[in-house]
Amino acid sequence: MKAKHQRLILVIVALAALIGAGLLAASALKDEAAYFYAPNDVRTKGVEPGKAIRLGGMVVKGSIKRASDGVTIHFDVTDGKATVPASFKGITPDLFREGSGVVAEGAFDKSGIFQATNLLAKHDERYMPRELQGMKYDEKTHKMKADR
Amino acid sequence: MIAEAGLAALWLAASLALLQLALATLGLAGGKSDLLGAVRPVAVAQGVLTAVAFALLITLFMRSDMSVLLVVTNSHSLKPWLYKFAGTWGNHEGSMLLWVTVMGVAGAAVALFERALSRATHMATLGGQAAISLGFYAFLLFASNPFARLDPPAVDGQGLNPLLQDPGLAFHPPTLYLGYVGLSVAFSFAVGALLTRQVDAAFARAMRPWVLGAWILLTLGITAGSYWAYYELGWGGWWFWDPVENASLMPWLAATALLHSVTVLATRDSLRAWTVMLAVVAFSMSMVGTFLVRSGILTSVHAFAVDPERGTFILALLGIYIGGALALFGWRVGAVREGAPFELVSRETMLVVNNLLLSVILGLVLVGTLYPLLTEAFGHKVSVGAPYFDRIAGPIALALMIVMIIGPLTRWRRDRIREIGRRMAIPLGVGGVIFILLAATAWGRIGILPFLGLVIALAVAVGSVAPLWKRNLRRTPLFTWGMVIAHLGCAVSLGGMACDSAFTVEKLVAARPGDRVETAGWTLRFNRIMPIAGDNWTALQADIEASRGAEEPALLHPQSRFFASPPTTTTESALLTRWNGQLYVVLGQEADNGRWQLRIWWKPFVTLIWFGGFLIALGGAMALIGRERRGWLLKWRARNAMGAIA
Repeated sequence: MKAKHQRLILVIVALAALIGAGLLAASALKDEAAYFYAPNDVRTKGVEPGKAIRLGGMVVKGSIKRASDGVTIHFDVTDGKATVPASFKGITPDLFREGSGVVAEGAFDKSGIFQATNLLAKHDERYMPRELQGMKYDEKTHKMKADR
Repeated sequence: MIAEAGLAALWLAASLALLQLALATLGLAGGKSDLLGAVRPVAVAQGVLTAVAFALLITLFMRSDMSVLLVVTNSHSLKPWLYKFAGTWGNHEGSMLLWVTVMGVAGAAVALFERALSRATHMATLGGQAAISLGFYAFLLFASNPFARLDPPAVDGQGLNPLLQDPGLAFHPPTLYLGYVGLSVAFSFAVGALLTRQVDAAFARAMRPWVLGAWILLTLGITAGSYWAYYELGWGGWWFWDPVENASLMPWLAATALLHSVTVLATRDSLRAWTVMLAVVAFSMSMVGTFLVRSGILTSVHAFAVDPERGTFILALLGIYIGGALALFGWRVGAVREGAPFELVSRETMLVVNNLLLSVILGLVLVGTLYPLLTEAFGHKVSVGAPYFDRIAGPIALALMIVMIIGPLTRWRRDRIREIGRRMAIPLGVGGVIFILLAATAWGRIGILPFLGLVIALAVAVGSVAPLWKRNLRRTPLFTWGMVIAHLGCAVSLGGMACDSAFTVEKLVAARPGDRVETAGWTLRFNRIMPIAGDNWTALQADIEASRGAEEPALLHPQSRFFASPPTTTTESALLTRWNGQLYVVLGQEADNGRWQLRIWWKPFVTLIWFGGFLIALGGAMALIGRERRGWLLKWRARNAMGAIA
C-alpha cells in the first residue's frame, strides 16, 4: 500500500472517531445533563417522574420530619411561589437546616415527591451552591427574593 | 521586612524574566547562539529568586505574622505548625506564587541540566519559558500580591478552611503543581523547536525526560488528591467529576498522549507536527484548568476567591499564550518536514490510536466541563455530573485498555496481524476465561461497565507483562520494565475501580450505643459516643469495634469535628484496611431516641485504585531513570573511546 493511501486511511479513521465522539457527547449531554429547577418551574413546566434534575430553594420552616428509621427525612422546598415535597435517605450536610438554602439532586417519583439522592447545602460562609447565589430568604414574609 | 523582601525578590525575578526573553530574542534574531551562555545564568537566577520569595512567604505563615493580609485571612496562630506551613498554598495568592515558583525552578532546571538540545533551540526554549512566566508574574504582582500588608495588624487570623486541614494538603497541591506547571517546559520546548524549525528525533529525545518528569508528578498528585477526597469528604467516592478534578485530569490525558507520541518521534521520527501540537495542548489544558479554578466561575473547595477581575486577567493570559502558540504552530507547521512513513499494521499505528482515544476522552471531558458555563450564558442552569462522564469516558477508556494490550506486542514499522494475534493468545485466553467465569457467577448482579472492567483489567494485567515473555529478564532495559509496570498499574487501578463499583456494600443505620450492626461479613459493635478535643477543634467521636470471623477485633473512631475559626463542621471518616478491601465508617447526626446515624461501606479491593496509580508513576520513574542512565553510559563510552584514540 502506498504511503498516501495509508495517510488517507488514518485521516478517515480520525475523522470518523471525531464525528462519533461528537455524536456521543451530544446524545449523552441531552440525556444526562441535569437541569436546575426551582419549585415554581416544576409547577409551571412540569417534570416527568424519573428524570434526573436539580431542585433548588429554601427548606420550609417546620417542615423537616424524621422517619422512624432514623436516617430518612421528609421536608418541603419552596421558592416563595410554589412548594414541593421532598424526601432524602442519608446523612444530611451539616448546614442543611430549616430556612436555609438547599440544592437537591434526584428525581420525582410517581406520587410527586422529590426523591433526593444527594443534598448540597452551604458548606460554610464562603461556599454556596452556585444556583443559590443571588437569592435571599426573607425572614418576615418567608419568601425568596433576588439579592440584586 | 520579610514581606518587603519577598515582594522585592518577585519584582527582581520578573525583571530577570524580561531580560531572559530579550536576550533570547536577540540571540535568535541575530543568529547568535553563543548568547545561550548569557541566557542560562539569568534563568537560574530567576528560579532561585522565585524560590526565595516562596520561602519567605512560608516564613511569614510559620511566624503567624498578622501584619500580612494573606496570613490574616487564611491562617490562625493556634493552628498546628503543619497547617501553618501547608496553609501557605491553601489560598489563591499563595498557590499562584507556588505556580510561578515551579515555573521559575523548572526554567532554571532546563538551563542547568539540558544538554541534548541544539544551542539555538535551547535558547528559544528558555525564551519561551520566560515569556509564559512574565504573564504569571504580572498576574501575581498586579492582581494577587501575596505580600500585601495590613495596617494596623490584626489580633489574630481568620483560620484555614477546615476541609483543607489535613496532612494531604502538604503533599497533594505541590506535587500536582509540579506536574501541572512542569508541562510548561514541554510547551516551551515546542515553541522553541517551532521557532528554530528543528522538530526531529533528537528534539524528541531531549524533550522526553521533561515530559516524563512532569507526567510522573501529575500522576502522583492526582492519585494523592483522589485518596484525600475519598477519606476527607466522607462520601465514600474516589472521583466526583468535579470541574476541578477535571481540570487536573485534562492535562494528564494530554500529557499521557504526548508521552506516547514523543516516543514515536524519538524512536521512529514520525508524528512530528502532532507531537508539537500535543505539547502545546498539554500546558494549555493546565492553564484552562487554572482559569476554571481561579476565576471564581466555579464553586468548590478549590475556588478560594470569587473575583471577576482575576478571571478576566487569566482569560487574557490564556488567549495570549494559547492563541500565540497556535498561531506560531499554524505559521511554522509547513516548515516541519514530513516524518518517516510507517505501515498500517505497526506499533506506530497503535500509538496513533492511543493518541486518538486519549484526545477523544479529553475533548469529551472538556465539553462536559464547559457545557454548564455555555448554557448559563443562554439562561439555563445545568449541571453535568457523573452520569455523563461515566457514560462517555467509561467505554472509551475500556477500548483504550484493549489497545494497551495490543500496542506493546506489535513491532515498530511493520507487523503482521497473524503474528500479533499469536502473541495476544495468552492475554485474550485469560480475558475469555474470566469472562466466562464472571458471566456464570455474577451476570445480572453487576453493571455492564464494571463487568467489562474486571474482564479487561485481568486481560491487561496479563498482557502488560507479555512483552517480557521469553526475554532475558536481567538484560531487559529498565525503560521496558517501566512500560510494563506502568501498564500493569493501569490494570490494577481499573481492577480496583471495577471491584469498588461492582461489589461495594453500603449500610445506613441509626444505632444506639451498645447496638450491633452486621454488614458484608463484618460485625460492628457501637460502644459509645464521647467528646474529644484537638489543637483547634472539638469533636464527637464514636467508638466502634469491628470484627470479622476469627480476626482480632479492631477499633474505629469516626468523628464529627467542630472548628471555631472559621466556624465549620467536618466529618472525619474512619478506615480499616484489610488485604481484600476497606471498611469505611462515617458518623452522622444524632437521630431521635438517643440514636446516631452511621454510614458503613465495605469496599472490596478499593485500595487497588491508588496502588495502581502509584505503580503507573513508578513505571514512569523507571523509564526516566532507564533512559537517562543509557544516555550517560553511551556518553561515558564515547568519551573513553575518544581517550583511547587520542
